[in-house]
Amino acid sequence: MSGESGGRAAFSQKTAEIVVAAVFMLLGAIVIFDSVRLGIGWGEDGPEAGYFPFYVALIICVSSLINLARALTVRPEKHKTFVEIGQLKLVLAVLVPTAIYTALIGWLGIYVASILFVGFFMRWLGKYPWWNVLAVSVGNSVVFFLIFEIWFSIPLPKGPIEALLGLN
Amino acid sequence: MDEIQSLIQGFAVALSYRNLALMFVGVILGVIIGVLPGLGGANGVAILLPLTFAMAQTPGGTTSAIILLSCIYWGALFGGAITSILFNIPGEPWSVATTFDGYPLAQKGRAGEALTAAFTSSFVGALVAVIVITFLSPIVARFALEFGPPEFFAVYLLTFCAFVGMSREHAFKTLASMMLGFALAAVGTDPVTGTLRLTFGSTHMLAGFDFLIAVIGLFGIGEILLTLEEGLAFKGASAKINLGVVLETWKELPKYWRTSIRSAAVGCFMGIVPGGATPASFMSYGVALRFSRDGEKFGTGQVEGVVAPETAAHAAGTAALLPMLTLGVPGSPTAAVLLGGLLIWGLQPGPLLFVEQKDFVWGLIASMYLGNIAGLIVVLTCVPLFAAILRIPFSVIAPVIMVICAIGAYTVHNSIFDVWMMVVFGIAGYMFKKLSYPLAPMVLAIVLGDRAESSFRQAMLVSQGDMTIFFSNALVGSMTGLALILLGWPLMSLGIARLRQTLS
Repeated sequence: MSGESGGRAAFSQKTAEIVVAAVFMLLGAIVIFDSVRLGIGWGEDGPEAGYFPFYVALIICVSSLINLARALTVRPEKHKTFVEIGQLKLVLAVLVPTAIYTALIGWLGIYVASILFVGFFMRWLGKYPWWNVLAVSVGNSVVFFLIFEIWFSIPLPKGPIEALLGLN
Repeated sequence: MDEIQSLIQGFAVALSYRNLALMFVGVILGVIIGVLPGLGGANGVAILLPLTFAMAQTPGGTTSAIILLSCIYWGALFGGAITSILFNIPGEPWSVATTFDGYPLAQKGRAGEALTAAFTSSFVGALVAVIVITFLSPIVARFALEFGPPEFFAVYLLTFCAFVGMSREHAFKTLASMMLGFALAAVGTDPVTGTLRLTFGSTHMLAGFDFLIAVIGLFGIGEILLTLEEGLAFKGASAKINLGVVLETWKELPKYWRTSIRSAAVGCFMGIVPGGATPASFMSYGVALRFSRDGEKFGTGQVEGVVAPETAAHAAGTAALLPMLTLGVPGSPTAAVLLGGLLIWGLQPGPLLFVEQKDFVWGLIASMYLGNIAGLIVVLTCVPLFAAILRIPFSVIAPVIMVICAIGAYTVHNSIFDVWMMVVFGIAGYMFKKLSYPLAPMVLAIVLGDRAESSFRQAMLVSQGDMTIFFSNALVGSMTGLALILLGWPLMSLGIARLRQTLS
């Protein structure tokens, strides 16, 4: 990526490779565990339910083992930055609000949560004046409401505020 | 000339006012999707798929629905070129090669020329691929009617081994990512015995992982996170296309007929064999560079350097629908999403489709001709409009795209758990992209996993566990053999390289 642009590294490429390979191996191990429970041999009606996933997971584990070995043997002079601190901040600045947004959908419904989400972004990252923020974020939700609830009649999750307005 | 007759019937289906309107709507939506970061052919179609559920219930509705979705795909293929040429940001992975010569042209003030060349060669590439589909797919389908479980499994095997053999990523990363897709597909009910697998008592996992959620997360959220790293602003050249520039460029384009033919051939081949549009565009750029008289000037702003990758990308993207329709094996992630759509609407993709759903198949093929004409008209006339979309600041467009993705993920099964899964897949997509684990084989594995497993187990039942059934006749044997060669190809090429080193 942009290893030479001067920003300090938050993670090295090597760390990231190792973590991802390890996660792959963990997932593979979980699948193997459950496949063995289901039976990986030959039943009276052909291969048992765990047969196919077992070999799939075996390939996952073997390939990630090789990937892991490759990551561990990278020579120091070839070390690259996976993500710089500044970049990571930007990525987290989107990821954390997105997680909160997803949690809010369950409480407030998707329309109100979207108003807050879009509004937060514009105000915090975009530094727009309040009237601008309000117009875009509310307008966005109104447009989606019209498209989904009215035009295509696909109900999306709604919360207490829609109930108050009698929009359910 | 059965095909011509069927095609004419197809045009009769496709040429209703409703379907024509849907074509334009689809193309316009598609171009917008192709231009926006984080939305592309695959996840754009995935997000809009739930909107077609109701449409597909009406008589003739499935044809309208596939016309809408496939036109979104054509639009996205066209749209990728706009951002590559004007902003040096490939809106789609297959337009990376277009930036090599497209952006230098735009910097020289020849953006209009570059765009016209890109759109026109996209159109030519698509046209060649559609003609190939028209005449080749009935033959393939007729041939495939005789297929049993071993043959189908061999086709799947060939598809997935081709990914390992032809992928530009490291073979073991491709394998790991592909097999993770198969493991995700196995979650839920076992397709043969009905046993619950890998659910660990969670009710959310009963239905398994939906590939639509995976596509929206991997390609949508992951892409936005990647784009964010580059900062929040886009800088780009402005574009105007007027009739004069278009006509002048069109006068110039026939000069490059050799490049066009070569690229279209590369594209069709890579689309049918699941190599996909992205490698096709790179390969054809490389080929053009080697064979062109102006090869050494490539990269400085050569129209020919735009023609080559665009023709191939569009040809491959279109040709990817051939194996999807005839065998039920998609050649690209977007084709996989379209295949998922067919399954949801209650159609069985595969050779029987050509017998049982003639109207649907030929309506779709006819719409490919018309949709690409519609696409060419739309992009040539509306470029400034689409370029303006990219001037909307990222702090406004990014959350809106996130909201669109969330709504898309929710509407698949009306479940908020799916929205969480989308976020998880998004983080995975971001990591995978940065560490060059390929996403396409994973998506295809999620889509095809159950069917590949069923055909394998049925074949095993027939042979009572004897693996030699995959070599039992010339057809299945040659497919399996070819698959194994492709699978071993990375190792072999490594060996050859070593051998050369020691010899020299």
